[in-house]
Amino acid sequence: MNLSLILWGIPQAMRVAARVYPDYAARLKERDCIAQFRLRDVPEGRWVQLKGGRISSGKGIHKNPDLTIHFKNKAIAENFLTPPFDLLERIDAAKNFKVGLDGPDDLAVWFMATLARLESITWKSGTDMGNGVTRYTNGTNGGPIFVYVKDGKIIRTTPMDFDDEDAPSWTIEARGRKFTPPRKTTLAAHGACQKSMVYSKNRLLYPMKRVDFDPNGERNIQNRGKSEFVRISWEEALNIVSSEIKRAKAKGPGAIAVANGSHHQWGNLGHYLSAFNRFWNLIGVTKLMHNPDSWEGWYWGAMHHWGNSLRLGAPEFYGTVEDCLKEAEMMVFWSSDPDATYGFEGTERRAWAKELGIKMVHIDPYMNHTAAHLGGKWISPKPGTDSAFAQALCHVWITEGIYDKSFVEKRTTGFDEWKAYILGETDGVAKTPEWQEKETGVPARDVRALAREWGTKKTYLGAGGWGVGVGGACRGPMGVQWARMMAIIGAMQGYGRPGYNFGNLQYGAPLDFNFYFPGYAEGSFSGDLAYSANSANNYQRMPHIVTMSSVRQGIPRMWLPEAIANGRASGYLTDVSSVQGQFFPIHYPSPGHVPVEMIYKYGSASFGTMVDANRWVTMYQNPKLQFVVNQSVWKEGETTYADVILPACTVFERWDIGEWYNVGAGYVHHMFSMNNHRVISLQHKCIEPLGESKSDYDIFLAIAEKLGMGSMYSEGGTTELDWCKRVFDSSDMAKHTTWRKFLKKGYFVVPSDPATARAPLANNWFYEGRKKDTPEPYPLPSDYVRGYGEGLQTASGKFEFIASTLKKFDDPDRPPLNQYMPLYEDPKRDPELGEFPLQLLSPHSRYPFHLMGDDEGSSLRDIREHRVLKDGHYYLVARISRQDAEARGIRDDDLIRLWNLRGSVVCAAQVTDRLRPGVISASTASASYRPAGEPGRSTDLGGCVNLLNSSKSITKKSHGIKPNTTLIQVEKWTGVDTWKPAEAVNG
Amino acid sequence: MASKWNMIVDVAKCDNCRGCFLAVKDEHIGNDIPGYAAPQPPQGHNWLEIERRERGSYPIVEAHFMPVMCNHCDDAPCIKAAKNGAITKRPDGIVIIDPVKSRGQKQIVDACPYRAISWNEELQIPQAWIFDAHLLDEGWTRTRAEQSCAMGVFQSVKVEDAEMQQIRAKEGLEVLKPELGTKPRVYYRNLHLMTKCLVGGTVVTRANGVEDCAAGAVVVLKQQGREVARTTTDTFGEFRFDRLEPNSGRYEIEVTSGSAGRGSLAFDLGADSPYLGVITLAAAA
Repeated sequence: MNLSLILWGIPQAMRVAARVYPDYAARLKERDCIAQFRLRDVPEGRWVQLKGGRISSGKGIHKNPDLTIHFKNKAIAENFLTPPFDLLERIDAAKNFKVGLDGPDDLAVWFMATLARLESITWKSGTDMGNGVTRYTNGTNGGPIFVYVKDGKIIRTTPMDFDDEDAPSWTIEARGRKFTPPRKTTLAAHGACQKSMVYSKNRLLYPMKRVDFDPNGERNIQNRGKSEFVRISWEEALNIVSSEIKRAKAKGPGAIAVANGSHHQWGNLGHYLSAFNRFWNLIGVTKLMHNPDSWEGWYWGAMHHWGNSLRLGAPEFYGTVEDCLKEAEMMVFWSSDPDATYGFEGTERRAWAKELGIKMVHIDPYMNHTAAHLGGKWISPKPGTDSAFAQALCHVWITEGIYDKSFVEKRTTGFDEWKAYILGETDGVAKTPEWQEKETGVPARDVRALAREWGTKKTYLGAGGWGVGVGGACRGPMGVQWARMMAIIGAMQGYGRPGYNFGNLQYGAPLDFNFYFPGYAEGSFSGDLAYSANSANNYQRMPHIVTMSSVRQGIPRMWLPEAIANGRASGYLTDVSSVQGQFFPIHYPSPGHVPVEMIYKYGSASFGTMVDANRWVTMYQNPKLQFVVNQSVWKEGETTYADVILPACTVFERWDIGEWYNVGAGYVHHMFSMNNHRVISLQHKCIEPLGESKSDYDIFLAIAEKLGMGSMYSEGGTTELDWCKRVFDSSDMAKHTTWRKFLKKGYFVVPSDPATARAPLANNWFYEGRKKDTPEPYPLPSDYVRGYGEGLQTASGKFEFIASTLKKFDDPDRPPLNQYMPLYEDPKRDPELGEFPLQLLSPHSRYPFHLMGDDEGSSLRDIREHRVLKDGHYYLVARISRQDAEARGIRDDDLIRLWNLRGSVVCAAQVTDRLRPGVISASTASASYRPAGEPGRSTDLGGCVNLLNSSKSITKKSHGIKPNTTLIQVEKWTGVDTWKPAEAVNG
Repeated sequence: MASKWNMIVDVAKCDNCRGCFLAVKDEHIGNDIPGYAAPQPPQGHNWLEIERRERGSYPIVEAHFMPVMCNHCDDAPCIKAAKNGAITKRPDGIVIIDPVKSRGQKQIVDACPYRAISWNEELQIPQAWIFDAHLLDEGWTRTRAEQSCAMGVFQSVKVEDAEMQQIRAKEGLEVLKPELGTKPRVYYRNLHLMTKCLVGGTVVTRANGVEDCAAGAVVVLKQQGREVARTTTDTFGEFRFDRLEPNSGRYEIEVTSGSAGRGSLAFDLGADSPYLGVITLAAAA
């Protein structure tokens, strides 16, 4: 289109939009400016003036414009400005300086967004339900939901019911029956409580400053967490934060560290891997290098036997729902509680398995929620010792000849050495059922009975929280040994043959695995190719500008407090691209970088989620930390340990887009197969932000504008809704529906594949000796030792009973042969632990998502299995066996104190027979932290059981937590705090 | 006869996921529904609660969960206790506490034998689960508890009373505290999981010093010499007897397993569900 015509059309279009849409007219009144469009090579162009909402315009060059948008030449300008816009062309023009913007950064962002709004002002969202009620949609960590809004207020949130327009559901035929999932979404508790979280009394509604913090004078760092906060304006808050960023940057690279939780609110834009990473790449910061904290044993251990590095060492799961329902005779859940945390889509499928008469066995010191619901045999080993149990299974299988000999011979290496160890030929100790009984407390007869059943009947193994990894025993002190045993027993029974596989129906629903929609780990618009999976698909499919930080310093997250206090910390990388990536060390400080003196804390509360968390509490009072910002939605235990608090809004108050449990390439590829349907939500901005809270995107944009990087951050004024459209356009959805239809209805159900074209069964290709045919692009081509697609990601290409990669790395806690080494805390080895006779398990929470949903204003707090209201406070529930409770005079709902040398926490007792005597079970993660006395040095009344857990790594040379077995003592809470910290105990 | 609302709750399906519990809170906290219900306080009111019961003893244990709420009784003690007609029975069976007329009437809370009515301290009114009457009146076909449930625990049924009684008889449904004669409209399936006792035990054999689980052993439960029930041990030598009346006195157990031998024990059943321990079979003399 001719340039002069296009430029003439811009003010015309603005006038029309202002006449038709009052919102647009209002926007035009926000700023006065003169914007000049012009060519660089010749003095041609047009200016547009906005004054009090009125538009004037003239051809040619204005003498004194506020803003100049300049193009190298006419051809480039016409290409750039002619709709429909080619994003790749536009990005190219911006990146290679074919176009440019001169003028104040905030004005440039505003003006460009105003131009973009010409299109989006015409978009409509939501379904009119009558009586002034609009039904919007959203997405949460607990599932996608309908949101009913009236008069600007959320009145109701519900699971989604599908209608006749939505794609049909799949059907599986098994043993003469047909199974089809219900036509709706189901919600985890933390998804169902969202309205209470939006309107929580604990929402942060205004920017705040600690009363005794003066950036130009006395900072009173010692009072973080103690002093009150006072409301300030956004302008003041942004000025403090942006000038502190400049001050810290002047000290040298790496002076600012950013600390985010592992998860954020649902959605591709608001996730920390998107807005957060994009912003901080532009600033340049010391990164906290996360450990694989739900995957420890799989990542540091199991991976060495079978690869699967891009799944953090856990196995693939395609097709297993159908195979399990058709073939399996028994399902063994080993430290596996899929009915906790992740919703209830698999629960329905397990109910089918029960109807089919498949036997269930549960191995867990706590008869967990899934075990309670499904029933079956419950076996409760002493925490940490499970791998002895697993080795005894191997002993029975070997001595009775009931394992998959053909698979072991053809597809594995090292079995003879493994067999010699199991039979005791190597170390003189046969790993018999009687031998394991002394370690685990499980009767030898139960091991023999289970081994014989397993060795002769088709058996599925659900290993870890959701059956293919995550939580439970993998993050205990012997979690590496346990996860390695899960892989080994899988191999001995020939995993991949029909009826023998991993997952126990939690994963592997027959969905379409080829339909592309990005998951949050693909980094959305972050442009971050280094620390997200952006480059896998997203960077090509959604053109956007790359971002990259020049700061190369990192701190292993577990030891941030040590890094601040001691000025140094070392650990190992979580690098999933190869098996040996985990052997690479991280050292803080890095060469040429400076120590961290400012922390920007983004969401979540580390006190409830980080091990030995009293370290984190006292860290904030260290004078080396000159400045701390906390950007959060809610006031949680950690929030006030800051100087400035920035209030973010919830996902209901801003735009976003996301698919239910789609993490994307990067760590749990095709995670959505936990669900019965693929559901993509346009996460509507259902209500205006409460108080003065802003979206994370807009907060970062506002800071960026103070630093002159707003245009860079927002790619020239791109709003969150515009980004949603770009994500939509980048996905396969655009081939099935239109943007306007999707925006209005708010969700899309991806059609499942026909029964004849479903993804092949997981691991069956390896079992049968075919080339890999499951739809995951792993391992990387360079990791195949034979031909592409042939064999596993190991040195031999086979399953390795003796892990050859571990021969190349000397970690005494990870010998190549997975010996049984009792490494759990034990008074027999460490007599100073004698006064702490009970083993604490701290599994993933069932009702909150980590600590999300556990806010003080949440409806989850009234769930008696989560918290108990006593004396005006909601105390976290700790489960204690009847025997241990009676010995201490403890009854249901009594307040009890859990303590050791690291910490002391008051909980409410739930006395139960579902727990092995000697074991306490209390969920990890608490949004509250309420010290009875001096922060970091007294008893916590909030429920941060992680205060009790060790901060030593899961093995000597790794970077992993091991909170799932910790020695503690328990007593009735007297109300008087006498606890004092001591030197941290060993282990 | 008009068709009326009833609710059927299946105890066996409940996983304590709390979807229903949270849905009721979501519907009422912060929402004023004139004529039906005033807003529920943000915390502390559980108009629909889930009761927990463990049966058995370590290591043979079961855990069951039962949603409880206003029973919308046909002969409701709360209606009798209310003054000024503060509580009404609708033609469709639903009981509504008028949020205006009930002000100050705390005796209504105490009148409910199911403890299903909460006292709103701030508004000084009694409040209970309204069977989502406001939504049913708008055309909803089921309650939010049912819509939110992933397990299919709830079934809202609108039928004539005679038909409901047929369903009740056919499906063995029970109501809570039938002895009070309140005629609840909430019915339970598999209620024995909450009210009856379970006993479990383990049968083993011992040969050459090696202990093994005795699978397939026949276990007979007797009372005063008369057979009450019989079952067979599973792979792990375990057996369970369910639906035993609490405090029902002395029982004997006899185990036989072909050549493996016999075993027996006796126990007194109190209010709790005991684990009977390990029975080692002795070869028949």
